[in-house]
Amino acid sequence: MRNRDLTPSEKSQATFEPRIVAFFCNWCTYLAADLAGTSRMKYAPNVRVIRVMCSGRVDPQFVLDAFAHGADGVFIGGCHPGDCHYQEGNYKTLRRFHLLKRVLQQMGIEDERCRLEWISAAEAERVRSTINDMVEKVRALGPLDLIPTEEKVSAEEVAV
Amino acid sequence: MPEKPKVAFYWCASCGGCEEAVVDLAEAILDVIAAVDIVFWPVALDFKRKDVEAMPEGSILVSFVNGAIRTSEQAEMAHLLRSKSKLLVALGACAHLGGIPGLANLFDRESILKAVYLEAPSTVNPEGSLPTTHHKDDGHSVELPGFYNTVQALNQVVEVDYSVPGCPPTPRIFRTALQTLLGDELPAKGTVLAPDCALCDECPRKDSKPEQLSIVEFKRPQQLLIDEQKCLLAQGLLCMGPATRAGCEALCVRGNMPCSGCCGPTSRVKDQGAKILSSLASLVAGKEAAEIDRILATIPDPVGTFYRYSLPASLLHRKQLDRASLHEAAASK
Ligand code: SF4
Ligand code: SF4
Ligand code: SF4
Ligand code: FES
Repeated sequence: MRNRDLTPSEKSQATFEPRIVAFFCNWCTYLAADLAGTSRMKYAPNVRVIRVMCSGRVDPQFVLDAFAHGADGVFIGGCHPGDCHYQEGNYKTLRRFHLLKRVLQQMGIEDERCRLEWISAAEAERVRSTINDMVEKVRALGPLDLIPTEEKVSAEEVAV
Repeated sequence: MPEKPKVAFYWCASCGGCEEAVVDLAEAILDVIAAVDIVFWPVALDFKRKDVEAMPEGSILVSFVNGAIRTSEQAEMAHLLRSKSKLLVALGACAHLGGIPGLANLFDRESILKAVYLEAPSTVNPEGSLPTTHHKDDGHSVELPGFYNTVQALNQVVEVDYSVPGCPPTPRIFRTALQTLLGDELPAKGTVLAPDCALCDECPRKDSKPEQLSIVEFKRPQQLLIDEQKCLLAQGLLCMGPATRAGCEALCVRGNMPCSGCCGPTSRVKDQGAKILSSLASLVAGKEAAEIDRILATIPDPVGTFYRYSLPASLLHRKQLDRASLHEAAASK
């Protein structure tokens, strides 16, 4: 690497720790994350887990709100197809997720920042590997740093 | 005789439709004129900015501002009217949520100026000149308003007391709002002056709206002969009724067209686009990713459809710009 000063964005990249908000279903992925913990599996500490009663409870507004409040990535974990405690909840999640991804794409938010996985209560290892994988992918993308917030507009927007 | 309350009207990034809506009050406008003293209304009366500047702070009872904030001049006028008025009211979807001009938040300033001044087939601009804020010619210089990168709703720029929804607000919505504002009992600050329930509640077709739907294809109005009685969603048309505030008496549906969402969301919803996304996606048939994608592909422009009037007011505000190029632009200034 050439010997030169890092630009501000490279500096923030070097110290950047992604913040991932995870919505985990109470009956599967949340238990798997718990199991990963009690089995002393190590996974990246960048994830804040929010327990929901079913992945179908994850309103797309929650995902956008997480991004708007500083999340660099959002991870939704639910029961495998056919295993949802509320029968159809995870199918609704799947449909919403597919439509939400199209909105995010149009809004310039990279694909890797929003992820849906089916992880059963026994699959602690998949919780670990998925989180690690997601953290690395989001780290490579850098901070989302949503713009503009109300204050930023006037400060940052230089008139032509 | 006591002094009549003073009222002002102003337009920002607007199509003029909301000004028309004021005139559309028809005979009722005479009652309005009898009840108030209009002290500023650039579209109809010859008062200037300096007249407003000369008014004492808070001397205007209500200022109605329509249009979104796109230029520095619009932001200045919004601040000026705010300081001179007891109540500042966002009139119409553009001021309330960003409106149609807010869809420009899918682009940035540079690409918009390029498209308009350099690339449009009807543009003749051999010198390739772009708008600037400072211009010198023949020893004279002028300062012009700046064009922001991002379109904002009025309440993202100044404190807003109330909003009157609609693109434009229907005469009934506007008249009711006016009565409320001139009356003795003002609603809580921030209130949107229209019923706080979903449009489906006041839709004449609501009884034919099924509890469960299993949509296999979204259709556009030109693709079918629309049944005039049946709920439009049940016919596969993308009707924003479930995620839109009531008040217009389902004007579009009465005209046999789906609601496109101009009255914005109810107070319980933060993001109108996410809300309709959620309810539509739950109605889609299919359990396999490929089949789901095939059905959803019949919605060609999700953002332009779900956020047609509310992109600036949405949780994401705008399309994310490339950070690196923004930093560079800021550094080179
Ligand atoms: S709300 Fe609609 S009618 Fe009013 S200015 Fe905006 S585009 Fe025009
Ligand atoms: S979805 Fe549209 S047509 Fe159906 S009840 Fe609601 S507003 Fe009316
Ligand atoms: S039906 Fe929908 S789009 Fe039409 S006027 Fe009413 S709220 Fe606006
Ligand atoms: S209960 Fe786990 S996804 Fe529905």
